Amino acid sequence: MLAVLAQVSDFVAPNIDFHAFGPELALVGALVAVLVVDVIKPDGNNPFLSSIAGLGVLGALIPVITLATDGADRFLFDGAYVVDNFSLVLKALFLVSGYVVILMSTNYIAEGDYAEGEYYILLLSSLIGMTLMASARDLITVFIALELLSIPAYMLAGWRKRDLIGNEAGVKYYLMGVFASAVLLYGMSLLFGVAGDTRLTEIGQAIAGGAGETALITLAIVFVVVGFAFKVSAVPFHTWAPDVYEGAPTPITAFLAVASKAAGFVALLQVIYLAFPGRDDVIQPLMWVLAAATMTIGNLIALRQTNVVRLLAYSGVAQAGFILAPLSVASELSLQAVITYLVIYAAMNLGAFAAVIGIARKTRSAEITSFGGLFEYAPGLTVILSLFLFSLAGIPPLGGWLAKFVVFRALADANTASGYVMGAIVAVNSVIALYYYANVAREMWMKPVPDGDRSPVVVPFSIGAALALTVVATMAFGVSNLATRLGDQATFLAF
Amino acid sequence: MDDLMLNQFLLLSAILFSTGVYGVLAKRNAVIVLMSIELILNAVNINLVAFGAHNGTIAGSVFALFVIAVAAAEVGVGLAMVLVIYRNRKSVDLDEVAQMKG
Repeated sequence: MLAVLAQVSDFVAPNIDFHAFGPELALVGALVAVLVVDVIKPDGNNPFLSSIAGLGVLGALIPVITLATDGADRFLFDGAYVVDNFSLVLKALFLVSGYVVILMSTNYIAEGDYAEGEYYILLLSSLIGMTLMASARDLITVFIALELLSIPAYMLAGWRKRDLIGNEAGVKYYLMGVFASAVLLYGMSLLFGVAGDTRLTEIGQAIAGGAGETALITLAIVFVVVGFAFKVSAVPFHTWAPDVYEGAPTPITAFLAVASKAAGFVALLQVIYLAFPGRDDVIQPLMWVLAAATMTIGNLIALRQTNVVRLLAYSGVAQAGFILAPLSVASELSLQAVITYLVIYAAMNLGAFAAVIGIARKTRSAEITSFGGLFEYAPGLTVILSLFLFSLAGIPPLGGWLAKFVVFRALADANTASGYVMGAIVAVNSVIALYYYANVAREMWMKPVPDGDRSPVVVPFSIGAALALTVVATMAFGVSNLATRLGDQATFLAF
Repeated sequence: MDDLMLNQFLLLSAILFSTGVYGVLAKRNAVIVLMSIELILNAVNINLVAFGAHNGTIAGSVFALFVIAVAAAEVGVGLAMVLVIYRNRKSVDLDEVAQMKG
């Protein structure tokens, strides 16, 4: 004990590079500004709150761009926090997704009867956790980032506190989330015990190539993967997703389905590529089984959904399976495939939720049958939602096909039997998914209007802006190599 | 710390972890489930401090401090949610919080 305490006296305060923390500092600034404005003018609707939050998120993109043009990798706190191309691409993804979610929330939250200030504060603190996660290269940093992004998300999921469905969403998300992070922590404590260090790269060196106790390391890897599998809603840890998605406010559903899921994948990529690269024998079969189960079961349950939000929840589970698939061969190409898929998935899934929010303002329901005959009175929204659904199904030339293509390329490039079998499973699942996506489109284009009410849908400006951004991104990703170039940029994890 | 001593701490931690997992999976009272999650987190802390002392590094104790702080924040949110549910339903039985199906 004395030997341990003796280390404390050697402590020297580290040099903090504030430029590297630019994005996080901008978000903290926006958070404080929202808090102060909310305190000064506490009652009623305050239209400034969403504007401040939105501008803060856009402002946080400026240091991301200056750090990217600067180009140098920055290592802080002995390599526990790294700013490299990988982290910058993902920070930009989180910030843009967060901005689109704020656009979607503006009218939705202002028209509800719950406090607005806390909503944006929680959203911004969850975003700070995500930007931290992109740079975390140390078990403690990963854990803190994960909790910083999760704890506000639990509260946001249970946002409608006087509504029983809202309570159920919050408590289910909370209990399963803290249980998963407790199991993850137990795995982390075992990893720390084997490696004697909390930095991911040091752990990677300590457990590479059969070093250390195999049984203990396997247990630790399984526990850590289980913790992140919950975050990305992989089967069998997906059971929270549909109920939480249905009970939470729809913009938060979009946030959980895109940004929170992407953060889970980022953490998974960091541990797989930095801490477990010498343990492919454990990771690859584990990822293979998770990916195959996730996409197949997600798709089969999605087939019998009657509510669009629950359908998008199960489709999100299936998409998580597609994103996990390339990790079953764990090559350089599969890292690029995962990042590319996450970028395209963010654009098309946020778009689909924005369109559903727009339509539900009139139909007051997310049942698929209530979308009947939508084309007769809202042709624009019908075309846009169909576009996102077909993109999710992977129809060229929309963005989704490129996402599927990079997954197939990574699987074929491995040139192993398990890689080809996984490719076949992905192909079969893509066909199943097309059925339920097309079913929603058929309802909108061909069925009669259920209650005969053909008054047009009024789409507020902010939702229109969210739709415009996501439509342009989905189309651009399909016909250009923008997303794969971002994926290429992100393939180098500095350490 | 020698290996024999370390094994005793790891055994205690494994027992606490298993008790906690059993409590989360089998108990239906929300407050007892929260307590069981605390048991798992304390198993983690014992592991971290024991491994840290075994490896002669302070990182384990620092990690444990972080876990304690975050656990307090988590339980704060959790008890608030249980309170909201109690206000709306007059019960904290998790089996009754199951309206959504499918």
